Amino acid sequence: MQRIGVFVCWCGSNIAGTVDVVRVAEALKSEPGVVHSANYQYMCSQAGQQLIKDAIKEHNLTGIVVCSCSPRMHEATFRKTAAAAGLNPYMVEIANIREQCSWIHKDMEEGTEKAIVLGRTAIAKVNLNAPLKPGESPVTKRALVIGGGIAGIQTALDIADAGFEVDIVEKKPTIGGKMAQLDKTFPTLDCAACILTPKMVDVAQHEKIRIFSYSEVEEVKGFVGNFDVKIRKKARYVKEDVCTGCGLCTEKCPMKKVPNDFNLGMDNKRAIYIPFAQAVPKIATIDADYCNMLKNGKCGVCAKVCTAKAIDYTQKDEFVEEKYGAIVAATGFNPISMDKFDEFAYSQSKDVITSLEFERLMNAAGPTAGKLLRPSDGVHPHKIVFVQCVGSRCSSCAEKGKEYCSKICCMYTAKHAMLTRDKYPDTDVTVFYIDVRTPGKQFDEFYRRAVEEYGVHYIKGMVGKVSPEGNKLIVQGSDLIANKQLKIEADLVVLAAAIEPDKSARPLATMLTASMDTNDFFTEAHPKLRPVESPTAGIFLSGACQGPKDIPETVSQAGAAAAKVIGLLSKDKLTGNPCVAQSDEMMCNGCSSCEKVCPYGAITYVDKEFRGPNRTTLIRRVAQVNEAICQGCGCCTVACPSGAMDLKGFASKQIMAEVDAICK
Amino acid sequence: MEKSKNVCDEIVRISKVNPRKCMKCGKCSGTCPAYDEMEYHPHQFVYMVETGDIEPLLKSKSIYRCLSCFACVDRCPRGVEPAKLVEAVRLMVVRQQGNNHLKPDDIPEMLDEDLPQQAIVSAFRKYTK
Amino acid sequence: MQVNGYKPKIVAFCCNWCSYAGADLAGSNRLAYPAEVKVIRVPCSCRVNPMFILRAFQRGADGVILCGCHPGDCHYTSGNYYTRRRMALLFSMLDYLGIEKERTRVEWVSAAEGAKFAATMNDFVQTVTALGENKRLEDLRCKK
Repeated sequence: MQRIGVFVCWCGSNIAGTVDVVRVAEALKSEPGVVHSANYQYMCSQAGQQLIKDAIKEHNLTGIVVCSCSPRMHEATFRKTAAAAGLNPYMVEIANIREQCSWIHKDMEEGTEKAIVLGRTAIAKVNLNAPLKPGESPVTKRALVIGGGIAGIQTALDIADAGFEVDIVEKKPTIGGKMAQLDKTFPTLDCAACILTPKMVDVAQHEKIRIFSYSEVEEVKGFVGNFDVKIRKKARYVKEDVCTGCGLCTEKCPMKKVPNDFNLGMDNKRAIYIPFAQAVPKIATIDADYCNMLKNGKCGVCAKVCTAKAIDYTQKDEFVEEKYGAIVAATGFNPISMDKFDEFAYSQSKDVITSLEFERLMNAAGPTAGKLLRPSDGVHPHKIVFVQCVGSRCSSCAEKGKEYCSKICCMYTAKHAMLTRDKYPDTDVTVFYIDVRTPGKQFDEFYRRAVEEYGVHYIKGMVGKVSPEGNKLIVQGSDLIANKQLKIEADLVVLAAAIEPDKSARPLATMLTASMDTNDFFTEAHPKLRPVESPTAGIFLSGACQGPKDIPETVSQAGAAAAKVIGLLSKDKLTGNPCVAQSDEMMCNGCSSCEKVCPYGAITYVDKEFRGPNRTTLIRRVAQVNEAICQGCGCCTVACPSGAMDLKGFASKQIMAEVDAICK
Repeated sequence: MEKSKNVCDEIVRISKVNPRKCMKCGKCSGTCPAYDEMEYHPHQFVYMVETGDIEPLLKSKSIYRCLSCFACVDRCPRGVEPAKLVEAVRLMVVRQQGNNHLKPDDIPEMLDEDLPQQAIVSAFRKYTK
Repeated sequence: MQVNGYKPKIVAFCCNWCSYAGADLAGSNRLAYPAEVKVIRVPCSCRVNPMFILRAFQRGADGVILCGCHPGDCHYTSGNYYTRRRMALLFSMLDYLGIEKERTRVEWVSAAEGAKFAATMNDFVQTVTALGENKRLEDLRCKK
């Protein structure tokens, strides 16, 4: 039997004004289990708390009920008070007689009666309370960053600078991501390589950072503070620790017709390649789909020319298993495929290109060495048409476009238009837009400069179709302000393709049990207040995998994610919420209902030995809750058909006792 | 005003088009092959129905210039389907007694050797009550 | 709320994150609702076992209302979707057993909707009061 103490607070006149606190204290005295009842003006004050502490010691209380304000207000306070007096903090229950009683009722009689019922309800619950101890789990002080673009790089650097070890897993042979492909960056027009490559070198040289390039995450197990991750290091057929990155093999390889994906297929590379000059790590990789030696055993030129003897045609995928305390998803984005947009003639004409392809054409390290030349005939274009919102804000067909705004296109189109006019004043530039959206520091000024100083023609309207005619492209579009239909003869058409999350994000989210929205962007724990955390504890979000973002935003979010990771890793132990689900193994029938409804993947099934009749042993499949993962929603308790699953602190018996007390 | 609102509601009802979905990008008008023949263009159709400015549309020749090629329906990024709206406006006019756009007496004049007879029959059906 | 001296017994289950906070906000804004409503705090609306509701009716409750976060806003991401489905089934069964549909309700009340909480409770108590006492499922053995 519990020995319960009841403490009724006046809250000055806040409660005492409409509730007869003395009568409440008196009435609750006779409730089962109550051995002490008191009232005081301000229970939460020093003196009030002392009163509780003294009573706990004097009456040897095993549980207390405080009739006061909302538990959202002072539950923590009174739990601390109880703990200070040697009582388990979870033996405290609050009867909310202020927000849900005295403040809403004007009649003293009515208020007092309700307060008594609420007090009685809390007492009924405390009678069934059990001391709870929050679980503790150690924290592995190492972070994993998945994705080596600018988001992943920044997050890794920030975490490593705080003194924690970080591993970056990048599926491509080099880190750098999309930013490495860009020419200049808005709104200041610094060259992307000039600001990115020093950061890549920092990553490579940082003693706390390891890069797993050309690698993918294969399996994730565990929970916050204790993830077990299996990483697949794909065979690159070059010994990473031996290759010096001299590049001789990439010049001698006879297989010259391999589409260069770094330049989006606008030129060719060799079957053994280093993606670009500043690649990190600067190690050659063999493309197994094109290498003659790997395909039919005839060639071996690269092995012959390699002075370091780094080529290994027998290399196999390797697996690395490592423990991490936190995981950051930084899987980034890709432009969507233009295959479904036949009206823009993307597949019919080489001179209809996407903005990322335009970026490579303008890049000094690109296929044309920075000269703006038409992909079809290598002639300088004199009339360029940019089309915005291709596939963005498109709700008519989910397979074609994306309903959201891709956010970065307005700015990079203005940048492309401006750069073109700056470099080639003889080239006429027209931009078709639906809306120009330029919120951001110095963004609108930038766009206006493109119009006012560089003379870019902005036309409010959309292109309906592009038809190749001879070596020209006939662009037919509407000018809504002039209320005219235009037909423009263009040399080059650039499509601002919508962006979508990388295809690897969805399987990764499944591995991480992190949630995603219908567009495959990772969802955040709270859209405003917890933007860099996933609802799954220990998983953090960085960059465009959470939503379309430009570089400044990505970098600030990357830093924010790093701060959250550092906050987690700097703890030695994690204390969990003790109000978690608990399965009674003797009652569990192994049906898996609970496992299916758990939003956190906290429930697993194990085969366990039980003692059967006549000294036999039985093996039964039973549910086990991982207390470090369980967040205590209680969904599983209702799904359980055998009543084996219960929630500590909100047990079925406790809630039913509350129901009974209210209906008495 | 009340009357044009009712007409608009009726047009929306029979076409099943929601003009509010339009984000005014103008791709329909950028696509339309009959654009130059029209006084009011596809995007204006949608806008005028949305705002209830329907009288000029009912009187306009533009509604008979639409080829019903459905390019605008295909290309519209928001799924507004302007051609269906044009068709609905046309129906509204035709359904009103005495507003037949094509009278039998007009037909002999239109006949010429290159014009398939079927085109005249279908036009007659389409534009006449 | 009183008709011929009859006061209904109402049990309200509120989730800790949205609706309980909404109820607190109604209090902070001094928005009155009848004293017949007594709130039980649960971590999430999906913690409410249909058993609890049957128990309430067995013990003589006249109405039971469940409040949770708005769909899509659940603190535990998906709990209220389960609530919605479970209660749709339970309530139709209760209706079949003779517990009028009006005696049971699921409402979404966010932490900012104190006014909605008070209005909902006022409306619910009024509806239940008009229906009168629930005798259908009450277990008379529970009454001493």
